[in-house]
Parts: sequence; C-alpha cells; structure tokens
Amino acid sequence: MEVSLTVNGAAHTLDVPDNTLLVELLRERLRLTGTHVGCDTSQCGACVVHMNGRAVKACTVLAGQADGAEVTTIEGIGSPDALHPMQQAFRDCHALQCGFCTPGMIMAAIDLVYTSENLDEQAVREGLEGNLCRCTGYHNIVRAVLAVRDVM
Amino acid sequence: MSDTGIGAAVKRREDIRFITGTGRYTDDLEQPGQTCAVFLRSPHARAVIRSIDTAAALAIPGVLAVYTGADLQADGIGDLPCGWLVKSKDGSDMIQPPHPPIAAERVNYVGEPYGMVIAESLPAARDGAEAVAAEFEELPAVVDPAAATKAGQIHDNAPSNRCYDWELGDKAATESAFERADHVTSLDIVNNRLIPNAMEPRAALGCYDAASGDYTLYTTSQNPHLTRLVMAAFVQVAPESRLRVVSPDVGGGFGSKIFIYAEEVAVTWAAGKLRRPVKWRAERSESFLADAHGRDHVTHAELALAADGEMLGLRVRTTANMGAYLSTFASSVPTYLYGTLLAGQYKTPAIYVEVQAVFTNTSPVDAYRGAGRPEATYVVERLVETAARELGMDPAELRRRNFIQPEDFPYETPVALTYDTGDYEASLNRALERIDYAGFPARRAESVARGKRRGLGFSAYIEACGLAPSQVALSLGAGVGLFESAEVRVNVTGSVTVTTGSHSHGQGHETTFAQVVSDRLGIPFENVEVVHGDTARSDYGLGTYGSRSLAVGGSALVKASDKIVAKGKKIVAHVFDTAEDCIDFENGAFSERDSNRSMDFAEVAFAAYVPANYPLDELEPGLSEKAFYDPGNFTYPAGTHICEVEVDADTGKATIVNFVAVDDFGQVVNPMIVEGQVHGGLCQGIGQALCEHGLYDASGQLITGSYLDYCMPRADDVPAFVVDTTVTPCTHNPLGVKGCGEAGAIGATAAVMNALTDALGVKELAMPATSETVWRALAAT
Repeated sequence: MEVSLTVNGAAHTLDVPDNTLLVELLRERLRLTGTHVGCDTSQCGACVVHMNGRAVKACTVLAGQADGAEVTTIEGIGSPDALHPMQQAFRDCHALQCGFCTPGMIMAAIDLVYTSENLDEQAVREGLEGNLCRCTGYHNIVRAVLAVRDVM
Repeated sequence: MSDTGIGAAVKRREDIRFITGTGRYTDDLEQPGQTCAVFLRSPHARAVIRSIDTAAALAIPGVLAVYTGADLQADGIGDLPCGWLVKSKDGSDMIQPPHPPIAAERVNYVGEPYGMVIAESLPAARDGAEAVAAEFEELPAVVDPAAATKAGQIHDNAPSNRCYDWELGDKAATESAFERADHVTSLDIVNNRLIPNAMEPRAALGCYDAASGDYTLYTTSQNPHLTRLVMAAFVQVAPESRLRVVSPDVGGGFGSKIFIYAEEVAVTWAAGKLRRPVKWRAERSESFLADAHGRDHVTHAELALAADGEMLGLRVRTTANMGAYLSTFASSVPTYLYGTLLAGQYKTPAIYVEVQAVFTNTSPVDAYRGAGRPEATYVVERLVETAARELGMDPAELRRRNFIQPEDFPYETPVALTYDTGDYEASLNRALERIDYAGFPARRAESVARGKRRGLGFSAYIEACGLAPSQVALSLGAGVGLFESAEVRVNVTGSVTVTTGSHSHGQGHETTFAQVVSDRLGIPFENVEVVHGDTARSDYGLGTYGSRSLAVGGSALVKASDKIVAKGKKIVAHVFDTAEDCIDFENGAFSERDSNRSMDFAEVAFAAYVPANYPLDELEPGLSEKAFYDPGNFTYPAGTHICEVEVDADTGKATIVNFVAVDDFGQVVNPMIVEGQVHGGLCQGIGQALCEHGLYDASGQLITGSYLDYCMPRADDVPAFVVDTTVTPCTHNPLGVKGCGEAGAIGATAAVMNALTDALGVKELAMPATSETVWRALAAT
C-alpha cells in the first residue's frame, strides 16, 4: 500500500506491505534508528513517537494508520546545538545511562508535560508507567521531567 | 579540583547522541547485502530431536538457507565453554555437559536453538521458520532445583543432575561454634530467579570478507575481546587474528551480555557460509527464553550467636540452579562470588558453606547484576535482622557489635578474602541519620493510626569487586586473567586518544575515563577521546562486569598516563639538553627545575613526533604508551541501606516510603554518575524483592515470558531515593576507587524484605513479595 506522511517536517510517500508497522517504516525505510524496539507486547515504550502531536507507541501503529499524519521522532525535536528542553533536562539531570529507552522516554515525557495540568512527582511517575527503564531507577528521569515542568 | 577533573560531576559527553537519536546500537547497523536470521527454538523443555524437515522452508521465496546443529557440527564448530572450573569437595572437577551452540540431538530448555533460517528479509525468515517441520520426542522435564538430584538424568555425564558439590570454610570450627551458641537463628531462603531484561534486546550481525577471509561480528557484548577469544579458541569459528568483534552502543547489560551466546556464533559462521552479512535481533520473548537468567538459589542458613549478640558461626547450605547448560561464568557465581562473601561486614569467626549446583531443564543461569553477592548479602542480612528480632535487640546495635572495626584492616575473613579497608559504622550511622531512625516509631504510629502497617529494614552489605587479581582467579579455577588494558595515544597536535578494554553500556566511561586521563595529564577534558568496544582498535581486555571498569580499567589508564609523563620528561630533557631528573611535571606543563624554561603538553607532543636530533639509541620518537593493570586484591565496596515500607493490610500492597543508601565506594570520580548507578541498582534490587520472578511451570514452560507476565519495576513502583556516600579509599589501586555498579542491587533486596517482615511481624516471606504474597502472609498471622 502507499502511505503518505510527514516525518520531522519532511513529506514522504512510500510503498509498503500492508502489515508494516510505523516503527518499521521509520527505522527500516527512513533509517530513523533513534526510535527503538524493546519488546513485542507494547509494554516498554522505547518506540514512542508523536503522531499528530500525541505520543503513540510506534510498534502498535500500522504504517497505514499514519497515512496523512504528521509524525515527529526523537531526531525531529532538537539537535546537538539546539536541544529540546526535555533533551537538555535529561542530560542535565543524568536521566539516561545506556540510552536505549531514552528516545521513547523523552517523547513520552514531552507529551506528559505538555498535556497535563498539576503535574506533581506522583503524576509523573504514573504518567511514565508505559515506559520501562532498566538503568536509572527512574529517579533522575522524574527529576528531569519535573525540571521541564518548572520552566514551562 | 577542576570542574572536569577527578571528583567533578561532569555531564556525560555520550548523552548528546543518545538524546538526539543518533546512538548506534547493533540493530541500527546495516551492511550491504545484509540478510536476516530467525532462530528455531525448542517448544519443549526436554526432548529428543527426531527429525527436522527444511524442504518447505527452503521453498519460500527469499529464504536462502536453513542450518541445523548437524550443519555446524559437520563444519567443526565447537561447544560453548564454561570459563571457570569449580572443584567438588572430593577434589573432582565439576561436570560440564556438552553445549553445542545449535542443538543437534536433544533440546534441554524451552527456547534452546535447534536451527536457523536465513532469508532476504525478516518476514521471509519468519515465514521460513514457521515452515520448518521438526519432530520431537518429549521427555519429562526437570524443573525444580531442590528436587533435581532425584529426578531423571538430563545429561549423560551428569549423574543426579549434579554439576558440583562445593564447600568453603572450616566445618569443624563452625560445628563447634554452634555447639557453644546460646541462640541459633535459622532461615529457609529462596532467592528467586530473575530475568535480566536490559532494555536493548541482544542482537548480532556477522560479516565475512571473502577477499581477506576476515570475519567481523557486531554484537551486544559487554566484553568483545572475550567473545573473540572464545569464538576463536573454543568454538573455532575463525582464528583470533581473522575475527574482529565490535560492540557498538549497547543498551544495558547487567551481566546478561557478558556471555558468549549461540546466536553470535551462528550468525558469524553463517556469514562465512553464505558470504553475506547475517543479522539477528532478539524479539523480547526470545530475550526472556534465551538470555542467561540470574539468581535461583534454595538455601538453608543458620547463624549461631552468644546471648549478648556476638556472632559465633554461620552455616549455609545452598542449591544453585545452573539451568540446562553451564553458561560462560555460571559455575563461579554461587561459589567464589557467593560463599566468599558470607562474612559480610562482620567478625563471625567460623563460617562453613556448601553449595550444590544442579542442572534443570530451564534457561541457563549466570551472573546478573551483583552475581552471587546479592545472594550472599540476602542470606547474611536476613539472618542478622531476624536474629536481632529474636534476641530483642536493635538491629543496628547488633550489627555494630559485630562489625569489623577500622583498626582491624587488613582483615582476613574465614571465607578466603582479605578486606583492605572500610568503616562500616560510619555508613550505618550516616544511614540512620538520613532516614531519621529516631523518628521511625512516630512514623509507624502514624501509619497504624491510618490503618496501615509500617516496617523498617536494614542491609549492611559488602561486595568483592574490581575483578580481580588474575593470580587469585586463576588459582580458583578461572580460565582467563582478569587484568585490564589501556593505551594513551598522544596525537601530534597534543590531543589524546585513549583506548580501553573496558566496555561502556550505560556506565559513561567516555566521560569518566576522560576525566581520569585529563586530570592525570593536566590537559583539557575536551582533548581526551575515549575509544572502546572494538577488538581492532584496542588491546585485549576483559570488558565490563563485576563493578570492575574504573578500579581495574581506570587504574590501567593511570599507569599508561604515568608512562606518558615519564616519556615526556625524557623528551623535554633532550630538548633542554638537561638531565631527565631535572624536569618536573605539573598541570600539563613540563618545566626545568630552577629555571624558567618549560614546555606545555602540546609542545612536547609535537616534539615527540618531530624528533629533531634525537639520540635514537636512548630516545624513541612518538608519545604513546600502553599498560596492563592487574590488581593486588579485590576491592570491597560496602554500605548500609535502610528501607521503610508501608503496607495496606486490606490489599497487601507494599509501598516503599523511604529508601536510604549510604555506600562507601572509596574515591569518587564522577558523583553524578555514581548516584545514577546506585539508583538503577536499587531499582533492580527492589524489583527482585517486590515483583520480578522468572517462573516455570511443571512442564518447563516459562510462564513469565513477556512484560505482560514478568513484572518489571516501573516509575511508580519505586520511590525517590536518598543516596549518600562515606569514603575510605581503596588501599591498593592508584585511584583509591572500589566500584559502584552493583551495590544497589546487592544491598536493596534484603533491606526491602527486612522492612516487609518487620511491617508484617512475620519471620519469613517469599520473594517476590507481591500484593498477593503479602496479603496471604497477613491472613495467616
């Protein structure tokens, strides 16, 4: 099937098998390998991207469902010279170690901060329930998200 | 202290690529002509392979090959070896069953590979795997380690499914201590099986260059050189000089990526067969089945005490589950990384431990964060806490009374280790202060007033890290040395490229190792680049595990850096036409004593590579030095963790309300990174206590084989941690460092379970203490 979508501001039209997942389209066709695959049950959140402004698990979205959508991946939110505030906060707070969960965690955290009201520590912890991290014990991730909340 | 030197909380330079999505993990790599591999995995826990029909698979468009164990055997591919020979009490060698990378005749655990399908695309490979028709004759599975010696024999060479029956310590002295004891505390303990679950699933990409005959393996390994050594010397995929192993960015390891796995062997071998690159990436469900698991001990432990709380003797009998085969270091975990730590922080004079290792039809079990030391800490600290309750003593006071004191170091334990330094009471006291121990009764009363239960538990752990003195390891059966390599290459313009045999898969070596070298050489942090994870770029090294990287790898860097300074002095002496011992080195500058002549680091580098009038018999051009550091002893990080829980008696839900970890890691190079390591370790330790369990049913099917069933700690399962340090510098390495990677996972579990048993008023409680377990325990009181 043919899928037309905008990824990080660039328009693409791709011919893909019907059962292609959005994460496969991103990683294998567009070579945007910042979006990771960490599980096969839609639990870990390493694949979170934004579709039309909201966080989705790209392992659970068919490429066809993204037809006409605006998709933003970790590669599209900032650059080394102009980091997104959430990227900056993750670095400042040492909210990442191996880095594998980090892109999904950052994308989920942006969605959480920008769409929540009265975000306190407990709400951040509950809001990140869909993203697993095995390195940080979440302590510094929570600090980073709260730091971004504070500057918004 | 400079803002980037030793002791500074320097932000990590590796972060930039990880937060912008430009990290390069094995699955991100793509080689021209790359093919995809899918492994055929046993659906049975124990079976004879009767036949494998590959015809239908080979007929599927895009399928290039189906290889079985027989194909690898026919090509002379050897078994996966275990690298540590443990001897039984009677002096006999442990039993090592044959462990072909791809099973050819029998399968012995669910998930064991018995073949591989290679295709042009992953969907085609999956379709091919579906089309392979294999017939098995099922045999009854052996699952329960406690009953394994009386069950059907799994391996022809392992009667009673026993791998070894090992002992350590003075049995007679320990018996005598128990005869003299006023009180004996005993516990039956199950240390639950854990599944490591690094967030990056394992992956491997094998490549073969027909022109040169060289193989390259990109893999998710914590120690690429060891992978190369084993694949060359034992498995014999390719000669060491023809095999390059690269570990690019690796998404966490926690021990599970130390080992040499079937898939790495198979894709490399198959790349040579097909003359095309072959890539495999684990599905998470494969990770659950085919990554080495951790822990899985069944233990009876007894502590003998005098009436005043003096610890007199410790007696421990453990059955350790090896799983179906011996993984790379499996045999060492419940012996030399476990029995040797049973003295803990205490002066217990007599200790005797017996460990029986058994085979079962489950995934192989090997080192997982802490590896043996969490199991030892759990035994000791559960016993000590229980003894305090039984004797009616304050658990902090009982510990204090038995601590090895600062003046006792070096302290030789009854279980073969010599602790070099420590101040256990300092960590305990700081932890008591940080958790407000004095305020606990009031907090407990407040919880009770709300209808809840509250408990507090300690864990005063010790670990042996910085693995380790090669001589000690070799004498105890290790098959490899345990030094580390380093090279400091000063480039012509004065920047520095550092190579190390350590490997970072989250630890941040690119930052901390640069801090060490820039500090030592007095040059800007930005001028030091750290290279790791590629056998073609650095000397043979032993990789990263056992909290060893800074203590061993960092020390090697110090040695190499010191050689650079020594060589630099020679060069400057030549340039100034003066004696070498007239040259001082400070803050990156070489200066002649009692003169105003000096050269900065970049000038010396340039002079090294533009060797004007060198006396070539005495002074070689160039400025690049290597070092191999082999430590004189283990390092002994230790500390006290205190956990405070609140339990909802109606639901059994336990909430950790306070957690304090005070650790003594010796000198700290980057406190930000150290704290992060502790946080992560604590979370894993808490995960073991409260939710994680690798569980098989009676037929050997893994019933916690996905994130829907295996409970990983999530952000709302853990508290904000209070982390603090005390410092007694390690006495035998140049940095005074001890290692921090595993402490959290070693200390936390016992603290949580001691807190929970305190809250519930019960002596024993099984891990994981899920809501159901806690609720049932309360219902039974």
